[in-house]
Amino acid sequence: MAQMVETLEQQHKTDETALITGSEAIAVACKLADVDVITAYPIRPYDTVMQYVSKLVSHGELDCEYIVAEGEHSQFEIVKHASAVGARVFCGSSGVGWMYAMEALTVTPALRIPMVAMVGNRALDDPGAFGVEHNDALTVRDLGWMLVWVDTAQEALDTALIAYRVAEDRRIFLPCAISCDGAFLTHSQALVKIPAQEKVNEFLPRYNRGDLLLHPDNPITVAPQVNEDWVMEIRRQNYAAMERTTAVIKEAYADFERIFGRSYGNPFFEEYMTEDADIVLMGMGTLSIPMKVAIRQMRKEGKKIGFVRLRWFRPFPAEALAKSLGRFKAVGVVDRDYSFGSPYMSGVVTHEVRTALYSAPGPKPPVLCFICGLGGREVTLPDITRMTESVYQAAEGKAQPLTQWIGLRE
Amino acid sequence: MATYVNIEPTQNLEPFKGVKKLPLEEYFTSGHRTCQGCESALVMKMMVKAAGPRTIVLGSTGCMYVANTTYYSTSWVVPWMHTQLGSSGSAALGTAAGLKALMRKGKIKNEPINVIAFCGDGGGADMGLGAISATLTHPDYNCLILMYDNESYANTDIQLSGSTPWGANTTFSTPGPAKRIMHHRWKKNMAGMMAAGHPTCRYVATICMSYGLHGMNSIRKALTIGGPTFIHSLDPCPKGWDYDPIQSHELGELAVNTGVWPLYEVEDGVLRLTGRTQQIADKRIPRQPVRDYLLRQGRFAHFTDDDIDYFQSKVDEMWHKWLIPGAIPFHKEIEADNPPA
Repeated sequence: MAQMVETLEQQHKTDETALITGSEAIAVACKLADVDVITAYPIRPYDTVMQYVSKLVSHGELDCEYIVAEGEHSQFEIVKHASAVGARVFCGSSGVGWMYAMEALTVTPALRIPMVAMVGNRALDDPGAFGVEHNDALTVRDLGWMLVWVDTAQEALDTALIAYRVAEDRRIFLPCAISCDGAFLTHSQALVKIPAQEKVNEFLPRYNRGDLLLHPDNPITVAPQVNEDWVMEIRRQNYAAMERTTAVIKEAYADFERIFGRSYGNPFFEEYMTEDADIVLMGMGTLSIPMKVAIRQMRKEGKKIGFVRLRWFRPFPAEALAKSLGRFKAVGVVDRDYSFGSPYMSGVVTHEVRTALYSAPGPKPPVLCFICGLGGREVTLPDITRMTESVYQAAEGKAQPLTQWIGLRE
Repeated sequence: MATYVNIEPTQNLEPFKGVKKLPLEEYFTSGHRTCQGCESALVMKMMVKAAGPRTIVLGSTGCMYVANTTYYSTSWVVPWMHTQLGSSGSAALGTAAGLKALMRKGKIKNEPINVIAFCGDGGGADMGLGAISATLTHPDYNCLILMYDNESYANTDIQLSGSTPWGANTTFSTPGPAKRIMHHRWKKNMAGMMAAGHPTCRYVATICMSYGLHGMNSIRKALTIGGPTFIHSLDPCPKGWDYDPIQSHELGELAVNTGVWPLYEVEDGVLRLTGRTQQIADKRIPRQPVRDYLLRQGRFAHFTDDDIDYFQSKVDEMWHKWLIPGAIPFHKEIEADNPPA
């Protein structure tokens, strides 16, 4: 018996490795985080996370209230209210499902609810397309959600733990959505190190709703009618909370590295082969995979190209990114999204990058927008070559269209 | 009930024996800004008086949100939280699920806490119908959804809802020379629909706070029985129904006594007519003509005699032709429907 206890204790302390998908990695994070209430509703591709949650619950590995809702609006409202009484919650959606929940998504940050959600990024209807586009998650970018894009199953698991830690920090109390590209990440298996429970417990304190707890022992009135008398001051509190996120995210990544021994370097964006690069391409999510392959290929041809993968979109690392991008002669942003009618008809990420870069002191290289890989269309080597050529032209001072659609049937 | 349904104990709230036995404590007090004669405010007051202090109330958008929770002057003594217009069902479910998980895992003290979510007729019979329905299918969460029905979107200027009576004048159905009856839909049968459609829901009732003790005891039963429950309250509204505020109580009585608003409860699938409705059904008191009720309200002032007769015929049909009178509108045979021109 003593030996058995020892073995269990040993298991508790040791990491394991498993072959799982990005969705499954997030379900495992829910188990490790001892999430209390989870709500599901089917839509591809995020729903694979809930299929795995269901298995974890039925196998007794995850002790939570697991509720299948009747629509995404209810799905997000249920966990919002569970969080208000002090429960740690998880939820998620994709594409138009996320849009169906929009009202709930609006009030969640306003109520300072530290929900963690997964978005399995998917093209918005119509026409039907299961594949990845980022417009779904991006719709909440102004509302107080923290938004992070990950590119591997390992990063999905780790980021989910970090997301709980940051969201539930009393200085923050804002929700966090983890974006996983549909199919490319949600459905792709990879070897993932599953951290030991003991390490997770050390990293992630219990959710403490504190003075905002809705309970008969703390009989507060939450979200009253404030009108013009107070709404500005309350909005300003959310502004301040979002302002604090940068520091708290840095703290969390530092602690993550200390406890789990895995480092992500700069938490906000990843740079690949940028040290000596003349130009860079940048984007979010699993775009990094074809991009890194292409860059290695092009480097063999002597082209000094780098890649910047933006991880945290909210908070947007404006200053750090501007400083970094200022080093290059030109920047090409690959948008897996669109913003019809916006300035120069560019994509959402491009606009943010231009604003960050052009508002900062220092060099201001040209920023081109490439709309590419919509609806899960593969971003190919010829696509990347084409984009690179255009960015080189811009670097040489030759005028290029500010927005180009790449990989489009002509 | 099957063993895989895990219901936590509820508070054992015995029925109040009489008005004089009611507790003096109030959990919905001053600070609200409801209209004079607002019956829904009375429902709120009685609801939490019946439930007691160990209660969490969730309120969906509507009069009872906007008028009751002015910042810094909340009228709620018990914890209260806003929920979205269509979210009363989800708010009840989420709150109950959160408490249940935390108690089971030993993260908070294990004790029965009442969870009540309220919604108006717009939030309940229209937008929130799906979420309420879903919640009533979850037998393992103790919660009550109370729909206070003032028969219009009264907070936003009296627009018709799915629960507005046929023909009523609202700001979205103003009568004019070309069309006298702009609203020609019949009121949704919410309580009947909830009872008939959710076989594991253990308690559904209709109430009217003109009969306060009856209403409060229905609420206590709904909270004690366990699982999700639903109560539909008809609330006269001076602003929306257009009458002198002094008459609110009387209009509630008239709604019941004319048979427009039958009082009943469905407990574990067993239907019981209650209060005055039972007495009317037993022919111990007469059912008054609907004319007495309609002509007291400005919203029906444009009604012709034909309109009143038609309204009466539909109420008579509910009492005599429905297979389950007052509750379920199934018929043995097709009935002719001849609305006035």
